Amino acid sequence: MGTLLAVLYILLGIGVFFNGLGSVGLLRFPDVYTRLHAATKATTFGSIFTSLAVIIYGFSRWNITGDSNFRVLALHTIVALICLIITNPTGAHAIARAAHRSGIMPKQAVIDELKEAKLK
Amino acid sequence: MSGFFNIFIIPGGLLLIFMLFSLIRLILGPTVPDRIVALDTINTLVVAGMILVGAAYEEVIYIDVAIVYALLSYIGTLYVAKYLEGGSEK
Repeated sequence: MGTLLAVLYILLGIGVFFNGLGSVGLLRFPDVYTRLHAATKATTFGSIFTSLAVIIYGFSRWNITGDSNFRVLALHTIVALICLIITNPTGAHAIARAAHRSGIMPKQAVIDELKEAKLK
Repeated sequence: MSGFFNIFIIPGGLLLIFMLFSLIRLILGPTVPDRIVALDTINTLVVAGMILVGAAYEEVIYIDVAIVYALLSYIGTLYVAKYLEGGSEK
């Protein structure tokens, strides 16, 4: 039980720390691309770790008590984590592409090589 | 077991505070993509917090709601991004 508590503290600490870094970076960075960089990557990383804590908790309680409710909790958390991992970077790419297409330049940028290449 | 309840509900409360930080950017944001980024961050934090709350109260239904919320927020983000991209082309 003590080992489970230590693992949960470490995983939840890492997860909450990176989620906080993501939201602080969203407030502090100067333009939309750096905000996207901070917010999306850091919050995805932190959410992976908090979900891993719940998965390990569910399987450990199922192993100790034999209650199948905890097994269902862990398996559904795995499904939610897979949905989060697949959908979050895809949405970030769509936002960055839409921001570039709508003509927003990065702050302090002088040239735009992506626009000069004329890619469709 | 109240020990495990506290372990999971306190990070959930911290995620709620981070959601309020992101809400400041959603209100202040100078351009439309800034607001979309803030909304996407809030959605990710809601999914993570809902998983934590489901583990704290030992209710599986919160995690099912989190799955559906993740997929619906992804569709919403893609829809708004597509709208923004198409609006500048024509």
